[in-house]
Amino acid sequence: MAYYEEEDLGRFKEVGKHRPDLFEKFMAWYEACQEDGALSRREKALIGLAVAHALQCPYCIDAYSQSCLESGSNMEQMTEAIHMASALRGGAALIHALQAHNSVDKVSM
Amino acid sequence: MARDLKVIRTTRPAGTHDFASKLAAHGLALARASRVEIFQVNVGKLCNQACKHCHVDASPARTEIMSGEVAGQVVEALKEFRFPTLDITGGAPELNPSFRRMVAEARALGTRVMVRHNLTVMFEPGQEDLPEFFRAHSVEVVSSLPYFLEQQTDAQRGRGVFDKSIEALRRLNSVGYGAEGGGLVLNLVYNPAGAFLPPKQAAVEADFKRELLARYGLRFNSLYTITNMPIRRFLEYLRRTGNEERYMRRLVEAFNPAAVEGLMCRNTLSVDWTGRLYDCDFNQMLELGVPEGLPRTLSELDAASFAGRPVSVGPHCFGCTAGAGSSCGGATAGG
Repeated sequence: MAYYEEEDLGRFKEVGKHRPDLFEKFMAWYEACQEDGALSRREKALIGLAVAHALQCPYCIDAYSQSCLESGSNMEQMTEAIHMASALRGGAALIHALQAHNSVDKVSM
Repeated sequence: MARDLKVIRTTRPAGTHDFASKLAAHGLALARASRVEIFQVNVGKLCNQACKHCHVDASPARTEIMSGEVAGQVVEALKEFRFPTLDITGGAPELNPSFRRMVAEARALGTRVMVRHNLTVMFEPGQEDLPEFFRAHSVEVVSSLPYFLEQQTDAQRGRGVFDKSIEALRRLNSVGYGAEGGGLVLNLVYNPAGAFLPPKQAAVEADFKRELLARYGLRFNSLYTITNMPIRRFLEYLRRTGNEERYMRRLVEAFNPAAVEGLMCRNTLSVDWTGRLYDCDFNQMLELGVPEGLPRTLSELDAASFAGRPVSVGPHCFGCTAGAGSSCGGATAGG
């Protein structure tokens, strides 16, 4: 058995089996976040796709790939969003080189 | 370009997706309007293309086309019942020898005529003058263009289709089609290039207008988003790729009661190449005839008898009620 099953995405509501009040509050907030606002649904779906890659969550990648297509994004746009997430993750790792510099400097003559 | 695909026998989606029960659960009933507004005539399955999403299974290999006699019955029905709109579809309807006569006679009666024109057929022998023919008869042209990029278009409609489609749109623009307020209407149809729902119609129309103008200098009037129906060749694709259950679940989950009122089956009467009557082109391809007690063929047609009568439904109907809804005129619940 794989740790991640595609079908489990459709079973998300089962998380609400225990403490349904908390799950309902989460779902109301989550769904409100998706709506058109100052940002369009399309922009929000691209943000979701980027965050899904940063988190490396297979469920989220699956869900937001579909959302991006259904809100009118194409693979060029989706790939740019994924590169943005990856670049930030890369940059976030790379800037820690300064921690290494500091650490090395502290113990070096 | 066109690849001969074998006639696929796969027709209906599997599972127990009960559309009638879904309507009832929302307190809705799907009944026809008081009159038939659109007489949609499918003149046959012959086409110069073999698109992967085609619900007709149309291709160059198909031989089923409407005879001159049945085409004459179509015109007689227009004379008798004065349907406001004749919507001619196929296949590529232009390949039917009776096509031009049907258009000319319908226009002479004052009927608004729409043609589902696949763009590339104008490069077939004897069809080069189609833009001028359409203009001469003030035909409304409705053309599929899945996307403003080559990759998505060719993936759905066949290699080389995008380039030909762009050239065909240039020709239509050059005779006056697609200019705002110009009177010659050129509408495009967006079908998703895969197993997902269409985006919002207004948003994707804006994308198409911006990109087609910037990239190719092309203009069109409106864009219709149409959901891929889980029947025939598209259903075969869903099964081949393991997407059937997921797609059907998506359609059912996205059921939108607000999309029901604008469904095309409420004001459209569909005719097949033999003259049989259906509630829509999709039911026609499933051979799901109009309900018992109603006229079954053109020769029995009494348009008034359809007023307020129920529509024949099946699991595929979830394709027309998902999200913003889908009809031959695009979204039904505010794109």
